[in-house]
Order: sequence, then structure tokens, then C-alpha cells
Amino acid sequence: MSTPSTSSAISAAASVGAVTPQTARFDVPLPLRCGRELDGFELVYETYGTLNAERSNAVLICHALNASHHVAGHYADEPGNTGWWENMIGPGKPVDTRRFFVIGVNNIGGCHGSTGPLSINPQSGRAWGGDFPLVTVEDWVDAQQHLANHLGITRFAAVMGGSLGAMQALAWATRYPERLRHSVIIACTPSLSAQNIAFNEVARQAIITDPDFNDGNYREKGTAPKRGLRVARMVGHITYLSDDEMAHKFGRQLKNGRVGYTFDTEFQIESYLRHQGNKFADYFDANTYLRITRALDYFDPALEHGGNLAAALKPVQAGVLVVSFSTDWRFSPERSHEIVHALLKNRARVSYAEIDAPHGHDAFLLDDPRYHGLIGAYFERIHAEVAP
Amino acid sequence: MNAISAIKADGTGRPDFDAIAAWIPRGAHVLDLGCGDGTLLRFLQEQRAVTGYGVDINDGNVLACVRNGVQVIQSDLERGLSDFDDHSFDFVLLSQTLQAMRNTEHIVREMLRVGRAGIVTFPNFGYWKNRLRVLGGRMPLSKNLPYAWFDTPNIHLCTIRDFEDFCAGRGIRITGRTVLTGSEPVTHRANLFGELAIYQFTT
Repeated sequence: MSTPSTSSAISAAASVGAVTPQTARFDVPLPLRCGRELDGFELVYETYGTLNAERSNAVLICHALNASHHVAGHYADEPGNTGWWENMIGPGKPVDTRRFFVIGVNNIGGCHGSTGPLSINPQSGRAWGGDFPLVTVEDWVDAQQHLANHLGITRFAAVMGGSLGAMQALAWATRYPERLRHSVIIACTPSLSAQNIAFNEVARQAIITDPDFNDGNYREKGTAPKRGLRVARMVGHITYLSDDEMAHKFGRQLKNGRVGYTFDTEFQIESYLRHQGNKFADYFDANTYLRITRALDYFDPALEHGGNLAAALKPVQAGVLVVSFSTDWRFSPERSHEIVHALLKNRARVSYAEIDAPHGHDAFLLDDPRYHGLIGAYFERIHAEVAP
Repeated sequence: MNAISAIKADGTGRPDFDAIAAWIPRGAHVLDLGCGDGTLLRFLQEQRAVTGYGVDINDGNVLACVRNGVQVIQSDLERGLSDFDDHSFDFVLLSQTLQAMRNTEHIVREMLRVGRAGIVTFPNFGYWKNRLRVLGGRMPLSKNLPYAWFDTPNIHLCTIRDFEDFCAGRGIRITGRTVLTGSEPVTHRANLFGELAIYQFTT
């Protein structure tokens, strides 16, 4: 879930190039799982490639915790600001934009332009701030469905995501089963474990107990709980990497070659975490972070079916590709197996691959030839299915 | 793990595939263990309109299955079939893989737990050419047994009589047998004249 810097392995020629985000406004009420309702909402999105005449080649990419609609390409005035899945999506890449019309969308409750805590609450005329409702994976999918209608897409070739994005791809397959041919579910879990929720709670408490939080209405007070957000992000980053990968990247390396008997950043890992925390606190909104971690906690499709995941996934009609990573201890391969097991029970069309990668949860964002080869092969098959 | 080199990429022209297909009714739900690149399952999808999955542990095979349009579950057969529920398949296939399994009895039991019937194919070690090689003081080498002794996945080779004894001793009922040499069925003294054995069995 860390945004990778520009991948050096990808040449500029294989990028979708300069892209421009667009905004769609929906003047329809959006009922939310929490019981509240948005009178209307806006979604910011980007598209890459061309929608074919049959409108059969659309692929929706759902984002995870900190990411956005900016999935691929760069902005003309910010050449260094490349999309978060640049290594996956583009001409000649696993999701080939010469064949597919790819859509990235920022979810409601986000802080990248879609309706969220930073937006104006039409009823009060002031920014929502801490009063923005708690949103769920299902709410996001419902909102995305309006975007699909807006773009004239009745059936996606695929809906795809990693981590929290994969939960959306799974929710699409159960909520709108006839509206996608394939669901590509990477580094996912059918529900968070107690340990997962515990990490999220530490992150939230860091934010909420920051004196600058002000019940979420910090903007009005001209403050921001940056210290809390920084710590929240540091905790998150620990969970995205495997122990081995951290040992490999940082080990016990010291910044200055010797210990200094201080609480400054002495170990390289501290320096890395602080850097990630600082970077994040500068661009991300704390209210969004709180809500997204809660959406993760609440995701549990089996709950309404007495814990029976197979029953929850009964509506799935899409072909499903489930991919896990061997060293992902956050959403371990065993959790992906639960999804696979439920789909097998239902005789659904499912394939499963466990990629032996050392990088932990973050592997889904990285450029691994086996992983990308598999996704590429799967999208080849989808292309063969949807090509006119 | 398929030892036979494919005659055609889509599996047509393979007598062992034809023999398996002959036992499988149209639309059956099938699990193919050690499915390799998915050629057999694709063949059965095309010839018998089966549904189902392949299982393989190898990354390259999983990729090949996806390319082949075959649903595949990456998993280690030696760990059993815990992903699959009791009697959830009409047939569980183990083509050219039985002899490479460490825990032979366990996998056969698992096949009959998740499937109503099992089908295995294996090279008959009792085939006269194999016997002759051993009599001549050498390990067999043939189309069906293509590996040198020091570099073979085949650790549990058996003869037709061995397999039938194995089943009899475990209450496994053999419900069909096809023995082939090349593309010809063998009916007379199969353990001597048969190169490849294909069995259908149930509890």
C-alpha cells in the first residue's frame, strides 16, 4: 500500500503518458450502510485506453488505503507524479491499455477530489470534516456503479484491485454479479483478523488522540493532526513489509555508523518509517484515513450469512482470479484460500495462484515477473473473450 | 508431471485422453490433480463439456493453465485436498502423477473423499520391455518412463498387479480398466503386454 516511486524498469514509452482526471457529479441520493445518506456526490476518475464500440473492454481498478484514481500515467505539469499501478497498467503491460479501457476512481470519503471529509456539506455550507459519514466497501462499490452507468458500461470486462481494492472487486462480484465478467482479487482477505484490526486501532488512536485532531474538525481550526497521521502511517508500513524484506532492506544498519544514545533516528529503519510518515502526513487527510481503516475493519461479507462465506459468495457469476503472496503476513495466503474455498464450494469459476515473493503485502504493487506474467495471461484470456 | 509428450497441443490424438473421456459423461464436474499445463482438462472441456479445476504446484504450470483457459488452483497435492469438500466432484483424475506422489495411499483416499470416482493413469512397470531392461541390468527408459534413474520424479512405480492388490487391500473397488500399448488397447495378459494403465475406481 505504499505508493511505489517511478519504476525504473518501465520505460516512458510503455506508459499511458500524460493523463487528466475528470469529475462526474451524481445528483442522486446514495444510501450508506451506516444508515446515513449522501444527497449527491462527486467521483474523480481517470481513464486510459479506448472504450470499444461494444463497450465490452472496460476494466475498473479499485484503489487501496492511500491511493487514488491516479492509477497510471503522469500529469503534464507533474511529470514525476506517476500513477500508483504504473507497472501494471499501460501499453504492453499486464493490463494492456491498447486492448482495454481502464478506469481509476477515487472513492467517496477519500481526499483526492471525490466527495469526502474535505468537501462542502451542502446542508451546512461548511466542509464536512469529522461529520462525514463512515463509509464501507459496499458503499464505494455502489458509488462506482453510478460511474459505470455514467460511462455507459453495463458490464466490465474485469474489476480488479489489490488489498482493500480487492475487497471492492469481490464486493462487485456479489452486489452486481451480472455487471462484470471477471473479478481479479489480489492480496485480499474475506475479513480482517483481530491482529489486523488491532493495527488499525493503533493508527486511529494515534490520530484521534493528537491534540490537533479537534474531533475531526481540525481544518476549521487551522490545524491538522499530522503527528498522529505520521505515527499511523509508520504502523501501517510495518505491516506492509515482511520481516525478511525489512531485514534485507535495513537490517540493523545505523545512519551514522554507531549508536548515539539518543532518541533521534539512529537506525535506518527509523529513518525510513519517519520519512514515509512525514511524506504521508503532508498529502493525506486524517479523516479519510480513519474512515478507510474502518471500512477495512467492517468488511466481512460472511457476517450477514451467519459466517458462511460460501453463502455470501453465492451470487458470484464472474470468473475470479485470486492471487496471494507467500510472505504477506497482513493478508496471508491462508486468508485468500478462504475465498477460494468458498468459491470452489459454489462451483464458481475460480483460479488461484500463490506467488512466492519476499516482499510481504506490498508485493502486489511491485514488479515480479511471475505475478505480472500471470495477470497478463489472465487478461489475454479476457481479451479473447470480449474482443469483437 | 505429464510424462507423455502431447501429440497435439489440444490433447486430441492421445489414446489415454480418449480412454479417460470415454468414461466421463458430458457436463461432469472434474478435478484434475497434477494437471500440468491443463491439456487434459481443456481436452475434456472441449470433448465432454466438463466443468472443474486443475491442481498443480508449479508456477509455470499454473501460468500455462491460465493461458490454456483452464481454471487452476495452485496447491501442493502432498498436503492433501483440504480446499475441496467431500464428494464435491464427479471424477477426480490423477494422470501420470500417482507414481510421483510421496504418500500414495493418502492421495488415493483423498481422491475418493472429494470425488464420487477416481481415475488414475500410470506407466505399467510390468510391461515386458521394462522387464527386459531390468533383466538386462538397466532401469527402464521409454516414452512412458522417460527419466534417468538419478533424475526422476517417479518414486512409486508399480505394476498392474501391484495396483490391483493395493486397491483390493483397501476396499477400493475398480470399476473400469483400460490398458494401452501405444494407441492399441491390450486385453490379453495386460501386466506383461500393457504399457500404460488407466483405472477407474470408487469406494
